[in-house]
Amino acid sequence: MADQPIVLGIETSCDETGIGIVRGHTLLADTIASSIDEHARFGGVVPEVASRAHLDAMSPTVESALAKAGLRLADIDAIAVTAGPGLAGALLVGVAAAKAYALGLGIPLYGVNHLAAHVAVDQLEHGPLPKPCLAMLVSGGHSSLLLVPDVAKEVISLGSTVDDAAGEAFDKVARVLGLPFPGGPHIDRAARDGSATAIAFPRGKADDGTLDFSFSGLKTAVARYVEKHGGSLSIPDVAASFQEAVVDVLTRKALAACAQHDVHDLLIGGGVAANSRLRALAQERCDAAGVRLRVPRPGLCTDNGAMVAALGANLLEAGIAPSPLTIPADSSLPITTIHV
Amino acid sequence: MLVLAFDTATPAVTAALHDGTRVLAESTTVDARRHGELLAPAIEAVLAESGASLGEVTAVVAGAGPGPYTGLRVGLMTARALGATLGVPAFGVCTLDALAYATESADPFVVVTDARRKELFWARYGDARTRVDGPRVARPHDVPDGLPIVGVRLYEEIVGEVSGPEHLSAGALAALAAERLAGLTPEQALVVARLPEGRIDSEEAAQGRGVLGPAVPIYLRRPDAQIPGAPKKVTA
Ligand SMILES: [Zn+2]
Repeated sequence: MADQPIVLGIETSCDETGIGIVRGHTLLADTIASSIDEHARFGGVVPEVASRAHLDAMSPTVESALAKAGLRLADIDAIAVTAGPGLAGALLVGVAAAKAYALGLGIPLYGVNHLAAHVAVDQLEHGPLPKPCLAMLVSGGHSSLLLVPDVAKEVISLGSTVDDAAGEAFDKVARVLGLPFPGGPHIDRAARDGSATAIAFPRGKADDGTLDFSFSGLKTAVARYVEKHGGSLSIPDVAASFQEAVVDVLTRKALAACAQHDVHDLLIGGGVAANSRLRALAQERCDAAGVRLRVPRPGLCTDNGAMVAALGANLLEAGIAPSPLTIPADSSLPITTIHV
Repeated sequence: MLVLAFDTATPAVTAALHDGTRVLAESTTVDARRHGELLAPAIEAVLAESGASLGEVTAVVAGAGPGPYTGLRVGLMTARALGATLGVPAFGVCTLDALAYATESADPFVVVTDARRKELFWARYGDARTRVDGPRVARPHDVPDGLPIVGVRLYEEIVGEVSGPEHLSAGALAALAAERLAGLTPEQALVVARLPEGRIDSEEAAQGRGVLGPAVPIYLRRPDAQIPGAPKKVTA
């Protein structure tokens, strides 16, 4: 497949400067520079800090991805870039870089949707996506259920969070428990020594018949519990019970969506997909329901450039026209807009 | 020599080509919210107007600010990436220096641009080519008085009447860069363009910068972010 186009993908929607290079749907390089350490003391991503870090990191990250792939800039056939959704100032650095690379090399530019890219990345590991498949994207920035008839052409939103994103709830609960930012990995680790049934935390919107999520009430319930039990608190029990409440609702809704739309393939992506309990419970419930589960390895679940390159490859393959050099970075790009 | 220069550190999005003798083409659009959308097409426009191709460009120059950060980064990121694809050095020039150069003045004056948050970026010049203080960021009251003021027409009741070009045009930026590049060997130019370790985000760091430098932004302010205190109580 040496004749398949080589796509360089650029991701800067949050704190990771991600550069991925693919040939068709073969991953050649995936390089990430993260500014997360600079944000940790602020307890969350600071947009201006992230934007400065993207500008600093872009050229070295591109160079290291090219070196890893054994390629030169002149070998690249197309550029794909996250055009949204995300932090406006952060997106703008990636979009400016992508336009300049495309202009300088005289190759096509594809401005793509970050969420659709989270779906497309799984092809790099598990081959072509079934048409249709169902995708659940869970991270610090998103919690969405998507019906994906064709990732290059049609993505339908079935539900999303009405308040906090799932990963945001992990970060906030971690803070209440005195665990470092980002909270996900720390809660996952603490939960291993705790009991998931120790505390009955609320399952927001679990049985309301919609495919939407709510994690704000859960976060508040945990904070209340921690305040009340200050001295005698078992952090592992709180972490495990909180985590169970989140992954219970997530997997229940995801399988409800599969059943409603008669889809037999579920894909989970986004940073929270790295959570070990989510993976285990999703597998258990998918097996019981006869649904095939696809979860990319953790490094491809969190934000990265490979996912953007992978979606770019789908767009090229589908013969979709490139983006003009006038495209904006759109911080609230709707999921139904796969490319701009 | 073919210098491609552009600036996104003021409300203008401006690009120009300079052949070492004169400005071949120039494009300027004032739209503070659309730097990211307008810059690449502006570069295409000046290339088309001059009949030159990107492959003939020998140096890329971006205004390095100071200026509002979101727009500023568009120009510098574009310069770095274009430089890499074309295999030519990418430079940054202080935006206030280029505004000063455009005045062609032989006498002292002060350049001001909008720093938002009721402040101005300013630098003091002995003549069009010589910066003697700045760039700095200050309240309008703290901009030096007693000298002609050039640049953005803001806070004139405090700083006095402002004259000259309000925003930068890339023609002046390109001409200033071409003048400086003419005095350098290619090896010296590469040294000047080399990206430094660390950032230029303080006034002290910005003072030491030459007219022609690496494509690094002059921020002058650190990001404002609060280190959080204890979590808020949820039960009253
Ligand atoms: Zn994401």
